Amino acid sequence: MANKITIKQDEYHLHFAGKLLLRREIPLDDTAFKQLLATKQFTPLKPIKEKNFHLHCERCGNEKSSLFGKFPCTQCESTHVYCRKCIEMGRVSECEKLYLWTGEKPIWPRHESPCTWEGSLTAAQQKAADRIVSAIRINEKETLIWAVCGAGKTEMLFPGITEALICGKRVCLATPRADVVKELYPRLQQAFRAVTIQALYGGSLDKAGTAQLIVTTTHQLLRYQEAFDVIIIDEIDAFPFHADPSLPYAANRAKKSESTTVYLTATPRSKQRKRIQRKQLPHIFVPLRFHGKPLPVPKAKMCFSLKRDLQNLTIPKTIINWLKNRKNPGRQLLIFTPTIMLAEKLQKPFEILLLQTGLLHSAKQLQSVHAQDPDRGIKVQAFREKEIVALITTTILERGVTFPSVDVVILDAGHDVFDEAALVQIAGRAGRSPDDPTGEVILFHQGKTEAIHEAITSIKEMNKRGGF
Amino acid sequence: MDCIVCQSEIIMQITWANLFQLSLPRPICDECAAGLKLLGGKQCKKCSRPSIEKICSDCLWWEQQEEMNTIEFNHSIFSYNEKMKAIVATWKYRGDYVLGEIFRDYVSKAFRERFSFLGKESLAVPIPLSGERILERGFNQALQLCEFLPIEHAGILSRIHGEKQSKKTRHERITSENPFFIKQPINKAVVLVDDIYTTGTTLRHAAQLLKQHGCPTVYAFTLIRG
Repeated sequence: MANKITIKQDEYHLHFAGKLLLRREIPLDDTAFKQLLATKQFTPLKPIKEKNFHLHCERCGNEKSSLFGKFPCTQCESTHVYCRKCIEMGRVSECEKLYLWTGEKPIWPRHESPCTWEGSLTAAQQKAADRIVSAIRINEKETLIWAVCGAGKTEMLFPGITEALICGKRVCLATPRADVVKELYPRLQQAFRAVTIQALYGGSLDKAGTAQLIVTTTHQLLRYQEAFDVIIIDEIDAFPFHADPSLPYAANRAKKSESTTVYLTATPRSKQRKRIQRKQLPHIFVPLRFHGKPLPVPKAKMCFSLKRDLQNLTIPKTIINWLKNRKNPGRQLLIFTPTIMLAEKLQKPFEILLLQTGLLHSAKQLQSVHAQDPDRGIKVQAFREKEIVALITTTILERGVTFPSVDVVILDAGHDVFDEAALVQIAGRAGRSPDDPTGEVILFHQGKTEAIHEAITSIKEMNKRGGF
Repeated sequence: MDCIVCQSEIIMQITWANLFQLSLPRPICDECAAGLKLLGGKQCKKCSRPSIEKICSDCLWWEQQEEMNTIEFNHSIFSYNEKMKAIVATWKYRGDYVLGEIFRDYVSKAFRERFSFLGKESLAVPIPLSGERILERGFNQALQLCEFLPIEHAGILSRIHGEKQSKKTRHERITSENPFFIKQPINKAVVLVDDIYTTGTTLRHAAQLLKQHGCPTVYAFTLIRG
């Protein structure tokens, strides 16, 4: 980490409060550091503990034995256990300590009117926004905002963030994905021009993380303890937040004992739904998209030769027929595949087919994209600007992206990667614009799965709650 | 058992070869293993670099530098592709010691194939890290590689702290001062072990010092040809 910055003595608490750091993440010389230790402003913690015969990493909560390694430490001339799970954030091992700031607590400024956003909210958005504001005002422990895809979640947060800043609270907006952090940061800067905001993600330039308002990936929360009065966690159903137990662990530790956590999701997982049903988790449902039209309901289409055809890299007849008889061929086409390999290999056959049907004018108008594609940003941008007519993609584009007018196709919707949340999210890519609020969503499958069934029912259910 | 690189489960394919004979569990899955590129085909005899010439232009240049023409040859196992860079970054710079296990079988096999002529009387010497660097990482990756070898090893070299090699330009590396000093004289053939051969300057510096202190011949064995 940044070793070269100098911190004034009276600003230590601004830098270190709420942080849980390794020695090498603390940019102070030994004398200054030892003094802080002696005066108990830093408290050392044992980073790896043994609990009921298994190891526990204090930083990331890892307890999986296969994710602990041992290395022979040259200095201590003995073998130490270290955590492999959170090693990307710097190695935590037995011969080191984690340091928690226990000195003076910073007092965050109270802003009079921090919000510089000039847009307005729809009635449905306003209702949810009011709910967040009141939760923050009375320090309600947690609340879930269940808003359908395209409801305009970010704008709904502004009144809540404003309220927190007026009360002099520290706010963190966490999301599982770095792409989303990069997108949110400028929007927040626009909305709160007078407030210092920092964006944290793996590879971000500003690593200090000392601002009153922080936008971050959930991973970076591993360096915080008792730091925030308000934590807003976006897309709690998204990978990796729901799949990686260390992220909820970190988010939970990063909040103060008296704080408010706001969860945002379009597709709550069964865990949250159960808590909602048992009335353990207060929630508010936003059934309407900001343009007031219902969600497009996906159609499942059986395709008997699907798996065999995909293996042979040919396009099944059912799909060709559908392509030829689309209701609105003017829309762009988003094609989801279950694997990276298929996304790459199907590009050629689709290119031939779409050129034949006259949908493409040149081969360049069809592209494929996946997580390991270095040009993914450029391709997605080109699709947004309609330079690309059809895009073949893996689940990386399942959420967080908005294209105004698309038809969505899922190939092999019965595949394991398409769980209910993913299908609902993918269906939510269609009909995002008020100019074209509908769009076809077709799930091609070879045998309906539980996930397909549940996704369709839950979308219908959501539309029903929205009054359609 | 899970792959130590990608954490996905390794599912063993049952074949006639392993049906009756239990084979050792592999630390890395097939997909990750396929990402590592073994060196092969036409290579420079002196430094293992892929080359059409028998001896590449770099090595011809080194041969003219009398003082620095100190190693017989270098043998490397892998080329430095993206996958390898990612693994090395976590292994070496992040300090994930366990990842070194990936190389155990590769290293011992390559050593048996290329250095069997040396016999048991030779000694493996790891390229040391400077005191400051070892403080940072806690272990020396070259020493870990030495432990995979069938011959004895001894850390008879030390290193003065300087800028990281990987942060220097090619010119800075070649013209740099010898950063090593030796702890004891030696009269056996030595195989210097390191993780990456880039310009060869580090290895040649170490070999120069060994030769000045009685070592008859020095070979180099490196995991990766950068």
